[in-house]
Amino acid sequence: MTTARAAAIVLTKELRMEFRARELLSTTVVFALVIVVLFSFAFDPTAGESRRYGPGLLWIAFLFAGSLMLNPSFAREQANQTLDALRMAPVSPFAILLGKMLANFIFMAVSEAILVPVFAVLYNISIGGIVGRLALVLALGTVGLVVAGTVFSAIAAHARMRELLLPLLLLPILAPLLIAAVEATASLFAEQPALDRAWLAFLAGFDIVFLTASWLLCDFLLEE
Amino acid sequence: MKGRSAITAAVAALIFFAGYAALFIAPDESTMHEIQRVFYFHLASWMAMFTALSLAFVANVAWLVTRKPHWDWLGVSCVEVGVVSCTAGLITGVLWGRPAWGIWWTWDARLTTAFILWILYICYLLLRGLIEEPQRRASLSAIFGVFAFLDAPLVYASNRLWRTQHPAPVIFGGENSGLDPTMGKVLVVCIVAVMAMMVLVLIDRYRLERMRHDLDELRLSVDARGVASNTVLTKGLP
Repeated sequence: MTTARAAAIVLTKELRMEFRARELLSTTVVFALVIVVLFSFAFDPTAGESRRYGPGLLWIAFLFAGSLMLNPSFAREQANQTLDALRMAPVSPFAILLGKMLANFIFMAVSEAILVPVFAVLYNISIGGIVGRLALVLALGTVGLVVAGTVFSAIAAHARMRELLLPLLLLPILAPLLIAAVEATASLFAEQPALDRAWLAFLAGFDIVFLTASWLLCDFLLEE
Repeated sequence: MKGRSAITAAVAALIFFAGYAALFIAPDESTMHEIQRVFYFHLASWMAMFTALSLAFVANVAWLVTRKPHWDWLGVSCVEVGVVSCTAGLITGVLWGRPAWGIWWTWDARLTTAFILWILYICYLLLRGLIEEPQRRASLSAIFGVFAFLDAPLVYASNRLWRTQHPAPVIFGGENSGLDPTMGKVLVVCIVAVMAMMVLVLIDRYRLERMRHDLDELRLSVDARGVASNTVLTKGLP
């Protein structure tokens, strides 16, 4: 079986699980919403202030939500030793990892699609003219978040206190991604929206480095 | 054992001499005066950190490829020594920053990278403490170590693009850069002293890790024997 086909099967399985349980998406969206609301008390959300703090707040909300949402990705395979069953399948370990990454990407993307309009309304930022470009920045940033997050979810699943450990491992590693994503988003939220190509390239570079590293290391990551 | 004590004493003497040289032998710096003397140990700490963490990366990759336990011992020893050197570098930097820049801390590329590295490698040590099984602990922490090391240039580049205040290289920089010859000699002494101390601590830490490993093995074999004799006992009962 090709890696792509196997990854698609894992992806379908993850989506079906989420469709039946509907617990991951709802909690993620509400959690991110809580952060956005709390920030409105910490900073005065007038239009000028929002332009300044908005991009950072949006990405902090996504990163925090992601670091919580990615935890069950491998942790719930532990409950009934289903990861062992997955590993026994005659497919490359990268296919399992890739399938989970794709599923997590979809979950994050859906959460962001719900959250961004709410954020725009609450913080008085008009996103009408920049939807396409904003989607590109969000997608590139989310790929990096999901790639690193899925790998670290597999690491944390074997440790004690994994719920606390995953944000601890993930958030500092994502510091460069946060800077790049915030700057790219800020250039879109400016009075004269423009796409900052340097930061976009940086985000793409981050994604490529982490995806390549996880491809190289996945055999060790998923070994018994 | 006697040889080791002699080496330890020699390194201690070297450190004392380096401290003396930095404080009293090195000439006064023209703009920053006395506070500039922290520089000799500041730079030496960073070089020790860089060496230790690079070695840790090599050890992590080597563990994943070869599965020889000594690479795992080397990896964790290097990270611990690297974190300590990083702490020394951060503290000397903060002490120097206040008089030289007027602020304790600034989010410049080099400072931020050092700080993020410090956090990442502390997380590496935390991660090791939270995984019980030795084989798995070695693999997973090695994977995290590789990711942390790869992250360092990205942190640096992102902050470089963003904002920077730390002085550009003064010593090997351009035509007007350069160091007073005496300062250069003191700097070399300090770097050699700190490196020697780092290697000494690293070797001891490595031996400690090996002893822990041996102790675990012994415990396991004792446990196994205990279980075996228990089964014999229960079998022997009517």
